Amino acid sequence: MFEAIDLARFQFAFVVSFHIIFPAFTIGLASYLAVLEGLWLWKKEDRYLNIFNYWLKIFAIAFGMGVVSGIVMSYQFGTNWSVFSDKTGPVLGPLMGYEVLSAFFLEAGFLGIMLFGMNKVGKQLHFFATLMVAFGTFFSAFWILSVNSWMHTPAGFSINEVGQFVPEDWIQIIFNPSFPYRLVHMLMAAYLTTAFVVGAVGAWHLLKNNKNLCARTMLSMAMWMAAIVAPLQLVAGDMHGLNTLEYQPAKIAAMEGHYETKKGAPLILFGIPDDDAMEINSIVEIPKLGSMILKHDFDAEIKGLRDFPADEIPPAEIIFWSFRIMVGIGMAMIALGLWSLFLRFKNLFYSTRLFHQICLLMGPAGFIAVIAGWVTTEVGRQPFTVYGVLRTVDSVSPIDAPAVATSLLVFIVIYFLVFGAGTYYIFKQFSINPEQDKDATKKVGSLGVSLKLFDKA
Amino acid sequence: MSIELIWAIILSFAIFAYVVLDGFDLGIGINYPFIGSKWERDIAMNTVAPVWDGNETWLILGGGGLFAAFPLAYSVVLPALYVPLTAMLIGLILRGVAFEFRWKDKSKTQIWDKAFIIGSIGATFFQGVALGAFIQGIPMEGRAFNGDWWHWLSPFSIFTGIALVFGYGLLGSTWLIYKTENKTKRHMQMLGKRFFILTLIMILIVSLWTPYLHPEYFEKWFSYPRILYVLPVPLLVAISTVCCFRALIKNNDLQPFVWSIILFLLSFIGLMISIYPNIVPPSLDIWQAAAPKKSLQFLLVGVLIFMPIILVYTSFTYWVFRGKTKPDESYH
Ligand code: HDD
Ligand code: HEM
Ligand code: HEM
Repeated sequence: MFEAIDLARFQFAFVVSFHIIFPAFTIGLASYLAVLEGLWLWKKEDRYLNIFNYWLKIFAIAFGMGVVSGIVMSYQFGTNWSVFSDKTGPVLGPLMGYEVLSAFFLEAGFLGIMLFGMNKVGKQLHFFATLMVAFGTFFSAFWILSVNSWMHTPAGFSINEVGQFVPEDWIQIIFNPSFPYRLVHMLMAAYLTTAFVVGAVGAWHLLKNNKNLCARTMLSMAMWMAAIVAPLQLVAGDMHGLNTLEYQPAKIAAMEGHYETKKGAPLILFGIPDDDAMEINSIVEIPKLGSMILKHDFDAEIKGLRDFPADEIPPAEIIFWSFRIMVGIGMAMIALGLWSLFLRFKNLFYSTRLFHQICLLMGPAGFIAVIAGWVTTEVGRQPFTVYGVLRTVDSVSPIDAPAVATSLLVFIVIYFLVFGAGTYYIFKQFSINPEQDKDATKKVGSLGVSLKLFDKA
Repeated sequence: MSIELIWAIILSFAIFAYVVLDGFDLGIGINYPFIGSKWERDIAMNTVAPVWDGNETWLILGGGGLFAAFPLAYSVVLPALYVPLTAMLIGLILRGVAFEFRWKDKSKTQIWDKAFIIGSIGATFFQGVALGAFIQGIPMEGRAFNGDWWHWLSPFSIFTGIALVFGYGLLGSTWLIYKTENKTKRHMQMLGKRFFILTLIMILIVSLWTPYLHPEYFEKWFSYPRILYVLPVPLLVAISTVCCFRALIKNNDLQPFVWSIILFLLSFIGLMISIYPNIVPPSLDIWQAAAPKKSLQFLLVGVLIFMPIILVYTSFTYWVFRGKTKPDESYH
């Protein structure tokens, strides 16, 4: 039988993985919408407004799902991780409080105007509302990643007589050692995720008709993002890894599949890690490159999992793979970005069908990479919730297993039904041709008429 | 005044703001079964579509604020109310996505309307259940909840659940009286009266029942001289009842809504009186549960800076969408 703690862990992993799908998309999309509206106001070209309205509807659906799945998250801490909440509340609570005050209210307050207010407040104020929503998503990411990073690299606290973490230095807490890396990496991840979705939709409509101006604009904008940000993501990821090596070396060892301590450790490309035997089999490796990447020295020593206390190591069997999925996708993104530059240079960008087909295929890549990345980070933190200080087994609520089992089941059913339906509606929007409604701008102009654009299809 | 008390007041404010704001949102879902035609349902939904997300954010502030300022209370109450809170969250999910989904597929509007109704009523009912279970008291041992997972279930908590459904129903129908016109408005006035009478009966019963739950509650309300301090509450309830009823009959736009809010406020104050100085009845008080001073101070700065700004732009949004909601006002 499962114990309450396993169920609680599974439930947390399930609901948060569902949640992150939406922020990963809405953070990027909010900024994209702001850019589109800005371009429209600046260049006064209809196509930007067309594209803006196209993605605004998708944004509304995704954002709604992000909100409701997020509310579940903020109550999960208390319901399922009550001991954790009691202990970390004094440190993490205020950070999340700032998130609510500076981010959630901002998003929610201006969302209504962004979605419904174009005819009521005028273009300039509407643009302002769009910007505020975009800022809101950024602040939200800022605070929640600070919270999460603190759990990986806790700093600036002491522990009081009842076992609570007590804040000593807020600057150290907020800007804890892994936070800057995680913030940059996650924001770029969100931008990439969105770019690949936008690119895929553009590519799909180009495959149907490669004269489609809106689709061309979408693909082009998306591929500029990919070409620029994907390589930067590699750099940021690498720096993030070095930071992790400093603070959570066991995680890195597990990600790399290093069980044995070695001087001049290889870079293991593939292999089959076995946590019970503490060894990795059938490996494909590049000698000494591991030491080079991690320590910038071909002969440096890399500590293997066997040399960490047995009760302080994460399961390599999971994160070895999740890490490779993420990095593999990252490499694929870089490759696609380079290809897009080459095609632009050759003037074949809008006519190479194979390129469009691959862009379509890469549409969901960002989501997979984001989840794989989070799995790497979070499973790699085990067996702790606050790294090195508070163990996961000591964090859980005193709730009977049947209660958690029931809630888990209900969450699974409801999430698949509800978010499945949402995804279906998003796809339905995707299938609409972004160029179809020629007089979109006229409608917006005339007062009292709503932004009825594409639903008629 | 101690900073712990300030925080208790801030949280009470957040919770009350939530109750009123999401109360009328959820109340629309409670009124939905009685609104027959599709176009009227469209209007009802559109009266809150631009603001519901902001309204719900107060719930996050309530939860997040409790986590930050009274982590011990947060970690005792939430596991104790595991089942009703989880059910409430599920309800909020159904209700929240319905706002978007019901427009997306004309043939499925019916289904998402049902989701909206079930979600709204479910979320409200379980919120009320959670409230009732909370008032009844939560047993603790050490720093944790000590009871089993159906501890929340009692006649009283079921009763408060039903009471809240009627109460939010009242807020919803009076809000719609304010935001609609003609036939729809008359229809809502009829519903408003019914919900008003039901709510009143519920307030009465809960007020009489609560003092018998714990001797301390009884002491607060019926011992001399304390009774003199608390007497204004029932008196004011009586006055606002009369005013609310008159406004409902007199075809007023805004007044029924305002008086309903005042009724809620008075009930809320009554509840606070019963519980104070505890934050988790029957025995955990505000000071025992509070986070260290440094945490309270740090977030208080944030509240002082951000809360006025939030109130300004939230009011601005309401102002932009002021007046009667017209049938064609949506982006869909
Ligand atoms: C990197 C970004 C990120 C991460 C790691 C998380 N979130 Fe999130 N969250 C957002 C970024 C975000 C967002 C972009 O701000 C959302 C997504 C869609 C939305 O509506 O706002 C959001 C929505 C959202 C909401 C609803 C807010 C509203 O009503 O506007 C809550 C309560 C939470 N989240 C809470 C959490 C918790 C407790 C998390 C940790 C376990 C968490 N989020 C992880
Ligand atoms: C949003 C992206 C995130 C994803 C996809 C994610 C995923 C996961 C996963 C898969 C686990 C399970 C690890 C295991 O038990 O083996 C976990 C654990 C945990 N995460 Fe995250 N996480 C995310 C963000 C966060 C954030 C932002 C926080 C804090 C605010 C957080 C707090 C926790 C806690 C407390 C646990 C421990 C409980 C457990 O072991 O299940 N997570 N997370
Ligand atoms: C291109 C090569 C990449 C490298 C070298 C890389 C590196 C890393 C590393 C080392 C971590 C673990 C951080 C930790 O130890 O806690 C991580 C986490 C993560 N990665 Fe990547 N990454 C890459 C690409 C990507 C891409 C393309 C995405 C998504 C589009 C992505 C999304 C994430 C996310 C969401 C996390 C978890 C949050 C965090 O800890 O920042 N990564 N990445």
